[in-house]
Amino acid sequence: MSSVRQSQFIEKNTALWDSFENWLDYQDLSFWKKRSKKNKIEAPEEIDLPKVYRQICHHFALANSRMYNPVLVDKLNKLVVRGHHKLYSSRTNFIGNIMKYFAVDFPRLVRQEWKIVSIAAALFYVPFIAIIIAIQFFPDLIYSVMDGSMVNNLEDMYEPERNQRFGRERESDTDLYMFGYYIKHNIGIDFKMFAGGLLFGVGAIFFLVFNGIFLGAAFGHMTHIGYIDSFWGFVVGHGAFELNAMVLSGAAGLKLAEALIRPGRKTRGRALIDNGKIAVLIMYGVVVMSVIAAFLEAFWSSTVMPVMIKYVAGAILWSVVGMYFYFLGRTSRASIHS
Amino acid sequence: MTLDTLYQVNTPEGISLRLSPAGPVVRMLAWTIDILIRLGINAVFFTALAFFGKTGLGIALILSFLLEWFYPVYFELYKKGQTPGKKMFNLYVSMEDASPISPGASIIRNLLRFVDFLPFLYGFGFISMLLTKRFQRLGDLVAGTVVLHKSLNYPTIEEDKTKAISPPVALNLNEQQALIRFQQRIPYLTAERAEELAQIATPLLLKNSNENSIENKQASSRLLGIANWIMGAKH
Repeated sequence: MSSVRQSQFIEKNTALWDSFENWLDYQDLSFWKKRSKKNKIEAPEEIDLPKVYRQICHHFALANSRMYNPVLVDKLNKLVVRGHHKLYSSRTNFIGNIMKYFAVDFPRLVRQEWKIVSIAAALFYVPFIAIIIAIQFFPDLIYSVMDGSMVNNLEDMYEPERNQRFGRERESDTDLYMFGYYIKHNIGIDFKMFAGGLLFGVGAIFFLVFNGIFLGAAFGHMTHIGYIDSFWGFVVGHGAFELNAMVLSGAAGLKLAEALIRPGRKTRGRALIDNGKIAVLIMYGVVVMSVIAAFLEAFWSSTVMPVMIKYVAGAILWSVVGMYFYFLGRTSRASIHS
Repeated sequence: MTLDTLYQVNTPEGISLRLSPAGPVVRMLAWTIDILIRLGINAVFFTALAFFGKTGLGIALILSFLLEWFYPVYFELYKKGQTPGKKMFNLYVSMEDASPISPGASIIRNLLRFVDFLPFLYGFGFISMLLTKRFQRLGDLVAGTVVLHKSLNYPTIEEDKTKAISPPVALNLNEQQALIRFQQRIPYLTAERAEELAQIATPLLLKNSNENSIENKQASSRLLGIANWIMGAKH
């Protein structure tokens, strides 16, 4: 048996353990409980967290190696886990990080991952454009993608005379409804596309190609039947954000697939964790782009104005997105992830 | 070798923390609670906001979107890794190294929930949990997170009034441990069962080596005395 017996050990150190536990309990209280006037909880004595934590770690190690009472060892283990949580939790400059993310990190990350972004873009835009062109020559192709009632709905929505009749593409009180709908629907698809990447990329590739074909068919059909101004005028503005956000979430999904298919010198588990961190950084940007897209689609695209203005605005929005990803974040040097 | 699912994490302070990951069944129960809460909140949103026509419906859609994807994220980041369901079953989410979950990891594990849910009712997630040592679903693997049991409060160590007795024979560490554990368990045993167990330690029950009779009935209290002596109580 060791020189210090358990009861002496407990007697000597209980005060320290208790004060540490009290301090932890107080730290865990919510901001409001700490301030509430009704039943004010006295703040315990300030402690030197790193020092006290190290001491208790030491006690825990001693108690373990001396094979003290399991209940005591458990109690110390619990204290150590809580202290560990407190000491190693990170306090970050939240607002500053967000600003830096959009001004520097996000566009730079997209450039850094240009290979995988290009693959995702090709998977979406190649079938998209191919179908638009194909439908100009073989208009019946639309019916192998959508059924008749969907085509009718679509034609009805963008019928050029509709606007003259109502003066507006839809009632204004439905704008907010459509905003909510686009958020739930479009961002949901983005998230699923990202998650689907984990199935060796199959999910991400499926959603990219499927959306490419489906949207391409709609675009091609509307062009073919001559609803050019009402349809393209409507989609060109928010498309800059919506379509590219979709491509980027596909790219984030493919980044997960890359870890499984081509982990390099890491284990697949390690590669997944590392690539997951990059992928989720891309997803933050995707969410914001999709919200902007939903906002534009609900409140801007639906207003009626000379179609020329819509085309000009569309051109500006597309070039803003392009320039954002091409130019921003080039000045400072350090790379985000090695 | 132990059969249980505990695992240890080494900290920079040179000690190892013992953590116990939670299995599929208890997590499924916690999830069921959470899904019921979410359905309840959703129902309230839609009925309350339905009074405001299409505008209200739009707001309800946005709220239900947030609830669908970010309900667990909120609780994991701001409520110490516990959604209400997890809290009910004393579980919490943490990084694999026992540090608090980071915002990025929380978002990853909750977005990837969609894949875990495939092909139906967490099929992939369940398979992944059975195949990994720490019961991690796919989202946990990518995020580097794990769902742990929160250790409950142990009963306090009560002062035992039994007089300390020095053991008649020298005991090695394992034997001393066994006696201490016996002392710990006594409150949870019936007197008869305690006595029965105590009888097993025959050599300790003899007053001295040349006596042969075993004192009945006092066996357990004698072991308690020896345990007290081991723990450092004075004679």
